[in-house]
Amino acid sequence: MELKDLYREIVNDHNINPVHKYEMDMPDIVLRGVNPSCGDDINLMVKIKDGIITEASYMGCGCAISQASVDMMLDNVTGLTKEEALARADIFLGMIEGKIIDDKELEVLDDAMYLKEISHMPARVKCAVLGWRTLKKILSEDIPG
Amino acid sequence: MNTMDFRKDFALFRSSNAPVYFDNSATTQRPDCVIEAVADFYRNSNANPLRGLYDLALKATEKYEDARKTVASFIGAKNPSQIVFTRNTTESLNLVSESISSAVKIGEGDDIVVTVSEHHSNLLPWQRLAKRTGAKLVFMEPDMTGLISDEEIRSKITERTKLVAAAHVSNVWGRVNPIEKIIKRAHSFGAVAVIDGAQAVAHMKVDVSSLDCDLYAFSGHKMLAPMGIGVLYGKAELLERMEPFMLGGEMIEYVTREDATYAEVPHKFEAGTVNAGGAAGLARACAYISDTGFDFIRTQETELTSYLIGKMNSIRGIELYGSKDPDEHNGIISFNIKDCHPHDVASILNEDGICVRAGHHCAQPLMQFMGIGSCVRASVYAYNTLEEADRFVKCLKNVRKVLGY
Ligand SMILES: Cc1ncc(COP(=O)(O)O)c(C=O)c1O
Repeated sequence: MELKDLYREIVNDHNINPVHKYEMDMPDIVLRGVNPSCGDDINLMVKIKDGIITEASYMGCGCAISQASVDMMLDNVTGLTKEEALARADIFLGMIEGKIIDDKELEVLDDAMYLKEISHMPARVKCAVLGWRTLKKILSEDIPG
Repeated sequence: MNTMDFRKDFALFRSSNAPVYFDNSATTQRPDCVIEAVADFYRNSNANPLRGLYDLALKATEKYEDARKTVASFIGAKNPSQIVFTRNTTESLNLVSESISSAVKIGEGDDIVVTVSEHHSNLLPWQRLAKRTGAKLVFMEPDMTGLISDEEIRSKITERTKLVAAAHVSNVWGRVNPIEKIIKRAHSFGAVAVIDGAQAVAHMKVDVSSLDCDLYAFSGHKMLAPMGIGVLYGKAELLERMEPFMLGGEMIEYVTREDATYAEVPHKFEAGTVNAGGAAGLARACAYISDTGFDFIRTQETELTSYLIGKMNSIRGIELYGSKDPDEHNGIISFNIKDCHPHDVASILNEDGICVRAGHHCAQPLMQFMGIGSCVRASVYAYNTLEEADRFVKCLKNVRKVLGY
């Protein structure tokens, strides 16, 4: 897929009409993720109950790819256990690193799998993975709940 | 001379699917003659300059020192010994910040003055010097078109000022700073004036002697020369008093177990084996630019810039930064398109083979001052064409649509 089609078909919708972009009431964890060289800057907020991500949102600014990627990610991981979400993060990061290329394996990522093309755009890799990197950090921290 | 003749000298533009190269303030392309000059040094004059006693080494030394003479006359330095070869502007400025304390006493109660538009290379060294010495870092602020007023110069450069560092041309606004006034004002208080000429030397005749600056730094790679060769010009008596910050081979006079005396200026600042091939390339670039002529270069640039600014102004949601006058841009046009992040804009332009820079341009305090996180920068040189400008504008017009607006 060409970059322009990637924007049209998937990125723009999540960037312009994000579902998860809002300030959450009483999140269990908040973590900031930044790409200093690009200026992408997000705050991830999650609620975790009995080890399950019950609600996830973000605020922030940055390029369309970084913001859309976070929105798609939160679509994907809401309702999962921490372990399941971490496994998804590894699939996504593996896809962007070009290590996982089988579409069958990527299907669990839903919309986020369309960012596969980013693996051929080294300049945009950091944008695409910012959200997932931050999520991994959040979930690796030992928190009650 | 016309643009097409000029373009033929550059391999990139001879290829049939050449990109539109609008990132000249990051680095320019290099003409064949410069690449040849570097190759010629390594093919025909290669030995370690400044040390061997045999003919080939003398030839290498001569090439290197000839390059110094060419560069000196290119920027109007009175004496070739005022030209110190470095790697780039950044190294030149760090050399100054590390060495200046031996020549100029800076301490608590003193000011170091910079502008808010500086490239990090002309800011971070002074931040550190200020921290180390206890001096205060003071910022001259321009208006929203990049212009620093006389009043700003008067109020910020005072009897407390020991050193002033300013860009000759800003790499974001593209605007010439009033450096003559800044230098005069600095000198009236006995302060040293350091000028970052990285964005100036390829675009206008620079005469360091008539500017009367104390130190002037620039990079070869932004003026058609190779990467890895740069220059620090300095006034002779100041360079004399500055201690070298890198020590080692080639920069000494006499060494005992405990002590050493340093070589004369400029060699005391050029420790280790030098970049003689790069210097030969830089000298060739100076000659090439002189042959091309700044009249031609400026005319081309101004024509391109005014054409671009005119066309870009009609694009929906665009905001252009800097002066309204195309002549005040030195080929640099920084801008943003509403709702569109600069990285997305640059990626979309790249799909159509257009090279521009997007980001904070190593000038984060300036971005904060302008109230933006980042911007897109298109920068042209005399070899760019109106057809390329059209390709760029056509693609730019489409950006908002591609991003879904
Ligand atoms: C105004 C200015 N100063 C300094 C620099 C640093 O130049 P270099 O990376 O060659 O050291 C640049 C280049 O980006 C510049 O535009």
